[in-house]
Amino acid sequence: MLEVDGLSKRLGDFSMRDVSFEVGAGEYFVLLGASGTGKTVLLETLTGIISPDSGRVVLRGRDITRIPPQRRSLGVVFQDQVLFPHLSVRGNIAYGPSSRRMGRAQTNKAVERLARETGAEHLLDRRPKTLSGGEAQRVALARALATGPDCLLLDEPLSSLDTVARADLRALLRRLHASGTTIVHISHDYEEAVSLATRIGVMENGTIVQTDTPEEILMHPRSEFVARFVGIRNMYRGRLERGERDASRFIGRGIELDVLTDAGPGPCVALVRGEDVTIELQHGTSSARNVIAGTVREVLPARLGFEAIIDAGVEIAAHLAGESVFRMGLRRGMSVFVSIKASAVRVIQS
Amino acid sequence: MNRPRGMEPMHLVFAALGGAVLLFIIAPLAGMVLSTGRSELSRTAADPAVTASVRLTLLTSMGATLILAVASVPFAWLLARRNFPLKALVNGIVDVPIVIPHSAAGIALLGVIAPGTLVGGTAERLGIEFVGGPAGIMAGMAFVSVPFLVNAARDGFAAVPLRLEQTALALGASPLRVFFTISLPLAWRSVLSGLILMWARGMSEFGAVLIIAYHPMITPVLIYERFGAFGLRYARPVSVIFIGVCLALFVVLRLVAGGRRHAGG
Repeated sequence: MLEVDGLSKRLGDFSMRDVSFEVGAGEYFVLLGASGTGKTVLLETLTGIISPDSGRVVLRGRDITRIPPQRRSLGVVFQDQVLFPHLSVRGNIAYGPSSRRMGRAQTNKAVERLARETGAEHLLDRRPKTLSGGEAQRVALARALATGPDCLLLDEPLSSLDTVARADLRALLRRLHASGTTIVHISHDYEEAVSLATRIGVMENGTIVQTDTPEEILMHPRSEFVARFVGIRNMYRGRLERGERDASRFIGRGIELDVLTDAGPGPCVALVRGEDVTIELQHGTSSARNVIAGTVREVLPARLGFEAIIDAGVEIAAHLAGESVFRMGLRRGMSVFVSIKASAVRVIQS
Repeated sequence: MNRPRGMEPMHLVFAALGGAVLLFIIAPLAGMVLSTGRSELSRTAADPAVTASVRLTLLTSMGATLILAVASVPFAWLLARRNFPLKALVNGIVDVPIVIPHSAAGIALLGVIAPGTLVGGTAERLGIEFVGGPAGIMAGMAFVSVPFLVNAARDGFAAVPLRLEQTALALGASPLRVFFTISLPLAWRSVLSGLILMWARGMSEFGAVLIIAYHPMITPVLIYERFGAFGLRYARPVSVIFIGVCLALFVVLRLVAGGRRHAGG
């Protein structure tokens, strides 16, 4: 659907270098990076606001690198100042269709349909100034979709929202994705990325350092930067069920964990930091709710201390001090117990 | 802000200084109005030469503003949005009419629009007479007043969030449509205020117009002529009437402009 090939751009001190990735039809691709890594420059290059020094952008087989913004079939939602303040919500959503000379009846129908799909139906006659952040983003999404774009480009669409609005909007994005919309989403928040993406591209210093599924990015970061940026080494997909007392039960493929979370039952992702995984030689010496038997697959030196990869039906990475590794005599093939506190498991609904 | 009562001594001094400035503006005007009798005023208001000159002044200054607006408003957008070589110089040139003496501006203009010149000659063949005609009056007014429109409109366009224009483009609108449906409506208050300023400045112009077109007489020239030929007593009522007309118009326009608030916040 969208192919980005070797994009480079120098802008004063900053340079974007050789950015390449491909997004298939119906994919949800998250560009993940800290601020100042070049995400915005990339976005502006994709939308045609700035033109690259070299490289190509191909949308549905058409090279759009030198095509002006108004003739690219991309739906764009910028981070802030999203809505036209002098137009009503209806006028905002209808702006694209009427710019493309869609008939009035057809435009009205499209506006109504998109407002319904994005949950902005009751807002149609309001002014942007009277909307909450979440409502404004819904309208911005409806407006971007109204031109029937090949691909939706979102620039940090959730970053200025409060927790509740964020969860609502994530659900909406998931729905749009499920209905077949191809989405490229720019974010600095790995939780957001993990909960939405089918694939993630991690940006660092003006280039993409790793493109992979969320599982691969978290569990096998290909660089120090990625590892530290995401900070989480264990990720499991599954679903959440109500457990005994205050704990919930996470059930994934090959692993079950007691977790402490506010999240309700349903599909989710469980994340555990390597630092939160403890290794014991005997069962029953810790207070942790989750104790799992496994075999040491590898012990690798890390930036600080060591990282042990345990095969316990699934792969579990533990971050340990060198002292512990030597004291236990940890080595390949050893049988150990992995313990994880229920409160150390982060659950993100998906 | 949180001082419940009393003022800083400094504030009192500044307020007194401000009062002096206000007095400096108001006292001569008030003095003139008070020293002009009602019968004189009504007689002058009925004088066809006076009414004709007021009408001429209002229409020519409005015409000059509207004609120049067609080119100045898009130009102001360009100055606000695009970078190009020598932009600082261009911005400086826009301000030149504010700093040069207006009689000199009239002389300079005359050199371009006099009958023997390229512009003047071409205009003459088209039936437009600059020297001694409304077209010349408008040229003089426009020359000295256009910076006010360009500057106000440029500031207005610069205050429109760039992302909104980019969003509109991304939605498939042509740059021209973006200009008319996003930039211009959002900058409208500043543009309108620039139009009002330009009109006001044009209306009060004397020096440049005097050189290009003594006749037909705009009111500032008429006031000067009455003063020169008959003295203060005769110049005064015309001045009072013209000031009254100007002030009334601007109050109304400001109210109308102030009522249309929708730009970005």
